[in-house]
Amino acid sequence: MSELLDLTAAQTAASLRAGEVSTDELFDHSRARAANDDLGAFLWVAEDAPPPVSAQAPLAGVPLAVKDIFCAEGVPSTSGSRILEGYRPAYTATVVERLAAAGAPMVGKTNMDEFAMGSSNENSAYGPVRNPWDRERVPGGSSGGSAAAVAAGIAPWAIGTDTGGSIRQPASLCGLVGLKPTYGSVSRYGMIAFASSLDQAGPITRDVTDAALLFRHMVGRDPCDSTSLDHPEEIELPQADRLDGLRFGVPPELSGEGIEPGVLTVLKDVLGRVEHLGGTVNETRLPHSPHGLSAYYVLAPAEASANLARYDGVRYGLRAGNGDLLSMYEHTRAEGFGDEVKRRIMLGTYALSSGYYDAYYGRAQRVRTKIVADFASAFESCDFVITPTSPSVAFRIGERTGDPLAMYLSDYCAVPASLAGLPAISIPGGLSEGLPVGIQLVGPAFSENRLLQAAHALEGAIAFPTGPPPT
Amino acid sequence: MIEREQVLHVARLARLLLSDEEVERMREELSGILDHIEKIGELDLDGVDPTSHVIALENVLRPDEPRPSLAREAALSMAPQPGDTGFGVPSPGS
Amino acid sequence: MSSVADRAYEPVIGLEIHVQLSTRTKMFCGCALSFGEEPNTRTCPVCLGHPGTLPVVNAEAVHYGLMIGLALDCELAPRSIFHRKNYFYPDLPKGYQVSQYDIPLAAGGRLGDVRIHRVHLEEDAAKLVHSGASGRIHGAEGSVVDFNRGGTPLVEIVSEPDIRSASEAAEWLRLLRATLRRIGVSDVNMEEGSLRCDANVSIRPAGEATLGTKAELKNMNSFRFIERGIEAEIARQEAIVRAGESVVQETLHFDPASGALTPLRSKEEAHDYRYFPEPDLVPVAPTEAMVGRAREALPELPAARAARFERELGLSSDTARLLSFRGELGDYYEEALGAARADGGADPTALASWVTVELVPRLPDGDPSASRVRPDALARLVSMVGAKRVSGSAAKEVLTAMAEDGGDPEAIVAERGLAMTDSADLGAVVDQALAANAAAVAQYRAGKEKALGAIVGAVMRETKGRADGGAVRELILERLSQ
Repeated sequence: MSELLDLTAAQTAASLRAGEVSTDELFDHSRARAANDDLGAFLWVAEDAPPPVSAQAPLAGVPLAVKDIFCAEGVPSTSGSRILEGYRPAYTATVVERLAAAGAPMVGKTNMDEFAMGSSNENSAYGPVRNPWDRERVPGGSSGGSAAAVAAGIAPWAIGTDTGGSIRQPASLCGLVGLKPTYGSVSRYGMIAFASSLDQAGPITRDVTDAALLFRHMVGRDPCDSTSLDHPEEIELPQADRLDGLRFGVPPELSGEGIEPGVLTVLKDVLGRVEHLGGTVNETRLPHSPHGLSAYYVLAPAEASANLARYDGVRYGLRAGNGDLLSMYEHTRAEGFGDEVKRRIMLGTYALSSGYYDAYYGRAQRVRTKIVADFASAFESCDFVITPTSPSVAFRIGERTGDPLAMYLSDYCAVPASLAGLPAISIPGGLSEGLPVGIQLVGPAFSENRLLQAAHALEGAIAFPTGPPPT
Repeated sequence: MIEREQVLHVARLARLLLSDEEVERMREELSGILDHIEKIGELDLDGVDPTSHVIALENVLRPDEPRPSLAREAALSMAPQPGDTGFGVPSPGS
Repeated sequence: MSSVADRAYEPVIGLEIHVQLSTRTKMFCGCALSFGEEPNTRTCPVCLGHPGTLPVVNAEAVHYGLMIGLALDCELAPRSIFHRKNYFYPDLPKGYQVSQYDIPLAAGGRLGDVRIHRVHLEEDAAKLVHSGASGRIHGAEGSVVDFNRGGTPLVEIVSEPDIRSASEAAEWLRLLRATLRRIGVSDVNMEEGSLRCDANVSIRPAGEATLGTKAELKNMNSFRFIERGIEAEIARQEAIVRAGESVVQETLHFDPASGALTPLRSKEEAHDYRYFPEPDLVPVAPTEAMVGRAREALPELPAARAARFERELGLSSDTARLLSFRGELGDYYEEALGAARADGGADPTALASWVTVELVPRLPDGDPSASRVRPDALARLVSMVGAKRVSGSAAKEVLTAMAEDGGDPEAIVAERGLAMTDSADLGAVVDQALAANAAAVAQYRAGKEKALGAIVGAVMRETKGRADGGAVRELILERLSQ
């Protein structure tokens, strides 16, 4: 049974279809492991088995770990925040509903940085998550619980959300595949908002095939999300094992200064494999990408400052204060939000406030335009942009908590694709210091099929193990 | 370095109560982050349009058809201070 | 040089009107609009601002907004966007109001003599009920929020400061209300809050072009209060300026009971709404089809109708406006006029006067379309008066009967014996009256023309009002000149 959880989700689905295991057995097993998890990956674990799912359903009843940012009716949904402690939504997120309908029942809600603000999962109000590769290290964030759960073999797959790297960076740090889809291709309805123009849900899986399989059942326009739209293509399961004729652009801005040497070594190795598989590698400039982080740290906090204004102690969640209205607001929010959330609310409020809007928010929106244009011109001469996902391997718990700026730099390579709304996938490229290093491929909008095909071919050549890390 | 008064003003706008120690820490941290961010001030962005959305969608509209509302008990069930009929709050100006 | 004390001042007034649209559902969610339902029974996760929820724009609200923009002769924005207006208040569930800011749905229009600055869409706030029976919280004073109204579609209409007196403001607002009612986008009921008006008032030395410091007046929920509030504010500002002081910019609350204007409690910090584009919504870019549909949905507007009534039917300006600004009167009038034309009778002016002066006061709710008097029946009654088949006073009696029980005017006239006395009979009655009032005849002949009234009165008494006063008079003069 335990070997079963070392399989990829697609392999698990095959066992279910073959009748080697029943969906109930599988669910119970996964649930028991989640309940006994000592990584801190779960904030809630399902008590009751879900209604029976046919092994013939597209996802065959393979249990799914769901980041706590997604609302599920009657199930605690806190987005990792104390301000939502005990909150049980009256409705279910579209993505969770679609995946359950396709046969992937929710086994538990995973730990995360509070309101998805963080790159280490240390900003959760419910404690840190440990990286299964090294329990003294972070799993990355903000979807740290989802990544740790999949890496440790507790759940075969998980969904996370990515605003500025929150799927890709933990996938990178945990040796997994993480896909941030094109903005708008997956409904945000029921995903607790961090930065609405950037937030996008996606899969965290053990291999590229699983990512495609899960993503296929996440996409599509949702009448409840005005910014969602139908994917122009059916999502295919990737089969490619060659990269003939494909051009990979390496932006010097995202693959030089500030990147750990061990990470660059893995990148170099992967670029060699690209050529070996018939692809070409060229330098591609993204001249404004070094400013991506600055623009991101204006735009995302600005949107967040408004998105988090609803946590006011009136309709749900925590209430504090001494009986007058102002103190209700100020105490509720002071007690309910953690340091990083407060920092970003302050930053965003400042950037939007009278007299500063043009210098910060207005300029950041224009930098965003430039970054969109940089990618557009890069894709004239290459099919994909390839970079490290994270400048470093998993760092030690506590190592960066005292320095917000150092923490923000974890997203340096991930943020430009977020600002441009482009699909980006992180796949394990190899090890550095015995820890996984993720490689990021970015493609044009709605190029997920081609991105998944290329990632699949590379994955075959890299042959990174899909089972739990060596212990 | 941003001023203490600015930190307090922004905290009030955001309805965040900060302790004296937090105000000082926030002042240092925000100043550090803003210093980094201010590099975008060096870019020549004249004539560049701002981007609010990366998707080219327009007129996403919903038909004017009623959908069931929540039962009142359900709406009030999550409230920190539910009354018989509504959400209790301290009176403004109290 | 004249002193400030005796200088003449000119008020400068602009209005900001909020109109609740009469769509079926809220602006951004599928909750039905509330009409006095039990508190908090028209809510959902979206309009309660629950985590993870998203707004979706109501197509009909956009349609109504476009209709209003066109009715007010505005330019429609090719691409308008929503913004978030950020502030904390218990009636604002998300901590921001979704509104429009720098690119409103429509701008630059005109209604009557007043230019329209802008027209935009937004969502209404909820209702904060202060310490009612259920608002007591552990003995402390508290409030209760009712989110039924929260998210109701609103259109905000802002006029240019083109109004120069309190009465002009009220008159213009009547035209605006009539226009909005006519196009059917709102109940426009001020008492119930579906039409709300704030006024920006300043004064300046007469003849100067610069604007003075303005005060914003809120909570004037009737036409009377608007006039009284603005008058009081003009007087207040004049007194300040004449005393050599200056007006400060502030928001004032009008208390209808006392007529007093009191400054709203100044907020802890200056407003800084931190507007930014709403990332959860995409632009509204009206297509030709959307604009065409809005244009087709517009009926003739009150101002145009009044002009037509004056021009084509020769009605007085006051009557034309009365019939147009109250669309239901105009509709009834035009239906009666159509029936009269088909019959070949009834003078438009006389018919208008019968509708406005006689019929409306006889109806409990003043709405003829809901009365028992059919338009064609009224038209026939007025034709009978014109043809001198019934006297004016008898016709009023007939109308009273019709208002109570309906029926045909001809039948009522016949039943009650109200047909005009014919001329042979009238001659005999006049002869009798002349004989019976010899003294009055003598006085008249002595040059006292007034004496004629007594003789006419005697004839009218004898005929029980069924004679035409003018004809009687003529007949008496004829006899006396023989």
